[in-house]
Amino acid sequence: MNLHEYQAKELLARYGIPVPPGKVAYTADEAKAIASEYGDTVVIKAQVHTGGRGKAGGVKLAKTPEEAREKASQILGLNIKGFITKKVLVGKAVDIAKEYYAGLILDRVTQRVVLMLSKEGGIDIEEVAATRPEAIIKYPVNPATGLRAFEARELLKQAGMEGNLGKLAAMLVQLYQAYVGIDASTAEINPLVITAQGEVVAADAKIVLDDNALYRHPDLSRLREAEAEHPLEVEASNYGFAYVKLEGSVGIIGNGAGLVMYTLDLVNRSGGKPANFLDIGGGAKADIVYNAIKVVCKDPDVKGIFINIFGGITRADEVAKGVIQAMEDGILTKPVAMRVAGTAEEEAKKLLEGKLVYMYPNSIDAAKAIVDMVNGGAK
Amino acid sequence: MSILVDKNTQVLVQGITGREGAFHAEAMIKAGTQVVAGVTPGRGGQTTLGVPVYDTVKEAAAKHPLGASIIFVPAPGAADAALEAAHAGIPLVVLITEGIPTMDMVKAVAEIKALGNVRLIGGNCPGLITPGECKLGIMPASVFKRGKVGLISRSGTVTYETAKALSDAGLGISTCIGIGGDPIIGSTFKDLLPMFNNDLETAAVVVCGEIGGSDEEDAAAYVKTHMKKPVVGFIGGRSAPKGKKMGHAGAIISGNVGTPESKLAAFAEAGVPVADTIDEIVELVRAKLG
Repeated sequence: MNLHEYQAKELLARYGIPVPPGKVAYTADEAKAIASEYGDTVVIKAQVHTGGRGKAGGVKLAKTPEEAREKASQILGLNIKGFITKKVLVGKAVDIAKEYYAGLILDRVTQRVVLMLSKEGGIDIEEVAATRPEAIIKYPVNPATGLRAFEARELLKQAGMEGNLGKLAAMLVQLYQAYVGIDASTAEINPLVITAQGEVVAADAKIVLDDNALYRHPDLSRLREAEAEHPLEVEASNYGFAYVKLEGSVGIIGNGAGLVMYTLDLVNRSGGKPANFLDIGGGAKADIVYNAIKVVCKDPDVKGIFINIFGGITRADEVAKGVIQAMEDGILTKPVAMRVAGTAEEEAKKLLEGKLVYMYPNSIDAAKAIVDMVNGGAK
Repeated sequence: MSILVDKNTQVLVQGITGREGAFHAEAMIKAGTQVVAGVTPGRGGQTTLGVPVYDTVKEAAAKHPLGASIIFVPAPGAADAALEAAHAGIPLVVLITEGIPTMDMVKAVAEIKALGNVRLIGGNCPGLITPGECKLGIMPASVFKRGKVGLISRSGTVTYETAKALSDAGLGISTCIGIGGDPIIGSTFKDLLPMFNNDLETAAVVVCGEIGGSDEEDAAAYVKTHMKKPVVGFIGGRSAPKGKKMGHAGAIISGNVGTPESKLAAFAEAGVPVADTIDEIVELVRAKLG
């Protein structure tokens, strides 16, 4: 789960990391009021769940409260990569002497949390990693000890990051404590600013939380914003299955993430475009299949559905019952190509006999058939 | 022969009185697995499915020569259960549980690796099976026939389909291992390939990978330098868009890491043919075995 910059800074501050004073405004007048309260130059930043805000015109400086009102009204409502800006962070501008980068990410190769440091802050770190990897120091932290101050000091020296070494090291240790404490999967300070006065400040921050650990952070899971996700993804997550909205027109329902991914690939190979990823999970009963069909049929992009089931713990006849119920209730409104194999395959086929479902013996043929149907319908 | 488990493996089930644990323990017993004990804290002294239940793994390990433990403990306690099994000296720990907090796995995997003598498989995995001898997982045993192909996979259902296709084709499975779909797992392809390399019964190995991470690239590097047996590859999620998590927490292309292009290139360089479909896996294995 992605957090907004202001939420990330609030969390980092809880762990003792200095952040510039700032408040959230939902209207231009609120932005003006915050600027007058600070009586100083402010930065107004769009709070949206995407990067590249600066380039899109979502970050502006304002010297007076009136200017703050003006700039905020320009940013509010701004469409940044498909995300509409509904709120801005109005923060005291920082007097920048140096900009650095500090980040913690999960590294699958070392199976540890890796601290990344670079003296080239304020820019896209992925770009630096791709073009000049030598400009980034990487250090896998021992999970048994956590990051210690002496390690942080050594790494800061190695990265060539100058400033108050004690304060900088403390910030890195606190960043690691925050990462573990809130169960983050990414925590970045970019830029990490050394001010003209020699202070160390997190001028911008990005935090992504580990969805698997949200259950132990009820305060953080409340920060989930329905509008940040596709409405069908929200509905699907309420039903308890994994659903990802994609760009195409073939609705996909299957059991098991691997099989669903494979089904997307088959549709793609046949010249079609999947409209979604939907995994009903292991051991799904008829009602789950029914709800899955409901979600997929609500998607106006869907022109046909491919249901691909390999029965293991999941019984194919339960899937068939869900499909039939959805037909009888008038929920299943699109043509269906279906392939079932494995546990209770014969029972499922018997149940579906005479129903308006196209059955195929293997998933390759079913993929071709549904793509032909969908593409044919579009001609 | 086979790898990791056989008919003599004595198995402990952690979480044996839970809904999932009870259901799958029974299915494992039916498939011929020697389930000899269970653990559920607070249920010590009871008997279920004809085996004694203990409060702790330590107590169970004192009474039984345990060769493996399989864990069905819910996510909040799953990593702790794996550590409990590892510290009790059980050499093979299979973690089935899905949705375990990532930091719990980072800590548990590091600690278990430091112990040095414990192999952890999973989490978020279907487990492993040596058909006809020992099922240590949640897969439908009926689709697995004994044979000469080793199978390692990051997925569940794709594994079952592949196993069924190989079994129906008369090639069969020596041992099949589902390593799990999470970003941090106990064993990766390259940890397991050497075992198949040394197993006399295994004539060829199928590696079913998917997008995300670099386990397939590591596997290809091992195959290129060490593997004496033919290997056939498969990569799921090749049409998935960047930055979207495809069901498995680990199946995500982040930046330039985890792309199908990188995995295909690595396999090509190692001389590993990659199947586009599950049917093609069978054809490629057949071609390799002549």
